[in-house]
Amino acid sequence: MKRIGSGCVLLLAIVLGSGCREEMRNDSRLKPLQEDAFFADRNSSRPLVPNTVPRGHANNDDFFYQGEINGKLVRGFPSPVTRQELERGRDRFNIYCSVCHGPTGEGDGMIVQRGFPQPPSLHDQRLRDAPEGHLFHVITRGYGVMYPYADRVTPQDRWAIIAYIRVLQLARNSTINDVPPDQKARLTGP
Amino acid sequence: MPQLFSPGANTLFRTVLIGTPFLLIGTVFALYRIAYSPYATQVGVPVDQPVPFSHQHHVAGLGIDCRYCHTSVETSAFAGMPATATCMTCHSQIWTQAPILASVRESLSLNQPIRWTRVHQLADYVYFDHSIHVRKGIGCVSCHGQIDQMPITWKANTLQMGWCLECHKHPDRALRPPSEVFNLNWKPAGDQTLQGRTLAKQAGIKSIQEITDCTTCHR
Ligand code: HEC
Ligand code: HEC
Ligand code: HEC
Ligand code: HEC
Ligand code: HEC
Ligand code: HEC
Repeated sequence: MKRIGSGCVLLLAIVLGSGCREEMRNDSRLKPLQEDAFFADRNSSRPLVPNTVPRGHANNDDFFYQGEINGKLVRGFPSPVTRQELERGRDRFNIYCSVCHGPTGEGDGMIVQRGFPQPPSLHDQRLRDAPEGHLFHVITRGYGVMYPYADRVTPQDRWAIIAYIRVLQLARNSTINDVPPDQKARLTGP
Repeated sequence: MPQLFSPGANTLFRTVLIGTPFLLIGTVFALYRIAYSPYATQVGVPVDQPVPFSHQHHVAGLGIDCRYCHTSVETSAFAGMPATATCMTCHSQIWTQAPILASVRESLSLNQPIRWTRVHQLADYVYFDHSIHVRKGIGCVSCHGQIDQMPITWKANTLQMGWCLECHKHPDRALRPPSEVFNLNWKPAGDQTLQGRTLAKQAGIKSIQEITDCTTCHR
């Protein structure tokens, strides 16, 4: 009887003991943003060391990174706009901007319907005439109650969004005569 | 010499003989059930958060794209968590006095991140990468379930090795066009097996051998 008894205890110990596998599940590898006592602010994701520039990030192309040259807002785009870039711009606009500005830029997005202050329509003459550099500044630094989006939208994507805004503005005021002849059939009938 | 066994010994012996296999099978079965129960896997168990953030409200109700908050999901292993400033893009103007958002405002004014409790937590000896799954056409919903119907976030799948492998053995069953990865309500229009194979070719999915190799996930 004693043997069976101690056998059972041993079996139980093995079964229960094998359930404790926390050491290897949680080893010294840290996941992004995981809390860790090693750092003063307990955050494992570290900010950039002050006054340093990561290799390859000198960002000295003022047109591309600032949207202004010698304090003057730029007009036009840093590189010729391709169809691929426009599609990227549509994608990004729909993710980051359309919730407030609406899918067409009218300023009637879902969040505005729930009480956010209404932004001006992107089809206002003032914004149609505004230099591209102004739009770049708005996304990068924010504008009035609109927060900046620089942390989430890369400079490349900002230019793509601006190109797409220009497309929206163009589409609003175009007529059937602006459509190339070989594409007209697609609009008028199947 | 006195009797070694009591009269009841035969019965006891028989009971033990018949009972032991049952007990063993029963124990194994019970352990199996415990390993796959919500208690062990946490599937379907809502996780307490410092702010009762609702995907149902923000995703299904307001139509915000996942990438508005989980920005790095397309480009890195980590999906990314929204900074407090991201909440504030809207909540600086909406529900500004709501007590429910008090800790968000506090986080902003103290410059202290909000401490979300992780819902999904793989063991540290597993390597996982979001970007490859998104790039090749696996929808968020295949792994995270209908998160747009969760008022408080929970885990929809076990994240056990068997679950990962089930898909790595048959990726074509889950593949979708790249444009529909973030659409939680997408349903295959035609036959998924046929479509899946075409998509697998287009996306250039690696061979089953390669993606079920131990070193894919344990590196
Ligand atoms: C949370 C809602 C919200 C989001 C998201 C948002 N905006 Fe705005 N935007 C506003 C509001 C509100 C204004 C008006 C600000 C004011 O006048 O105080 C505005 C103004 C603007 C203006 C006009 C600036 C001017 O000169 O009048 C532009 C251009 C603009 N936004 C572009 C964008 C782009 C591009 C995005 C996406 C990257 C974006 N916005 C995302 C709310 C938003
Ligand atoms: C408005 C911002 C926002 C949007 C949009 C959003 N999320 Fe979240 N998500 C959060 C926050 C905040 C958390 C942390 C709190 C929690 O777990 O509920 C979170 C947590 C999660 C988690 C659990 C993370 C963990 O701890 O393991 C998953 C999975 C997730 N989100 C997926 C999605 C998907 C898929 C979408 C798009 C359909 C989406 N989210 C859209 C803000 C957002
Ligand atoms: C794009 C705009 C937007 C962003 C970003 C956003 N919210 Fe909201 N949130 C709203 C709106 C609008 C409501 C009100 C819902 C309604 O009126 O139906 C709301 C409501 C809420 C509520 C209370 C209502 C409920 O039951 O869900 C909480 C809590 C909340 N948000 C938390 C957050 C947190 C935390 C974040 C940051 C991770 C965040 N929100 C980011 C727009 C936003
Ligand atoms: C192939 C399955 C899979 C797909 C597809 C997937 N996820 Fe995840 N997700 C996971 C796993 C596994 C984790 C836990 C990662 C860990 O513990 O390191 C996770 C964690 C997360 C987290 C927490 C932060 C992190 O990265 O650890 C968020 C947020 C998230 N997922 C959002 C998303 C969004 C948004 C999508 C759609 C674009 C998505 N996921 C698609 C499996 C998946
Ligand atoms: C719904 C299907 C699905 C699920 C579930 C899934 N994966 Fe994947 N996974 C894929 C596909 C498809 C690929 C792309 C293979 C390729 O590179 O062609 C992939 C690729 C990967 C890769 C990169 C492989 C490489 O070397 O390129 C890793 C790592 C990985 N998965 C880990 C995991 C882990 C860990 C889990 C479980 C937590 C998981 N996956 C769950 C479908 C899935
Ligand atoms: C698709 C990704 C993937 C592949 C391929 C894979 N594993 Fe795993 N493995 C996992 C995940 C995820 C876990 C963590 C399970 C958990 O968190 O409970 C795991 C856990 C384990 C464990 C710990 C025991 C357990 O079940 O938790 C062992 C041992 C293991 N794997 C061995 C292997 C071996 C051997 C191979 C090759 C034949 C392999 N794995 C291939 C994803 C994978």
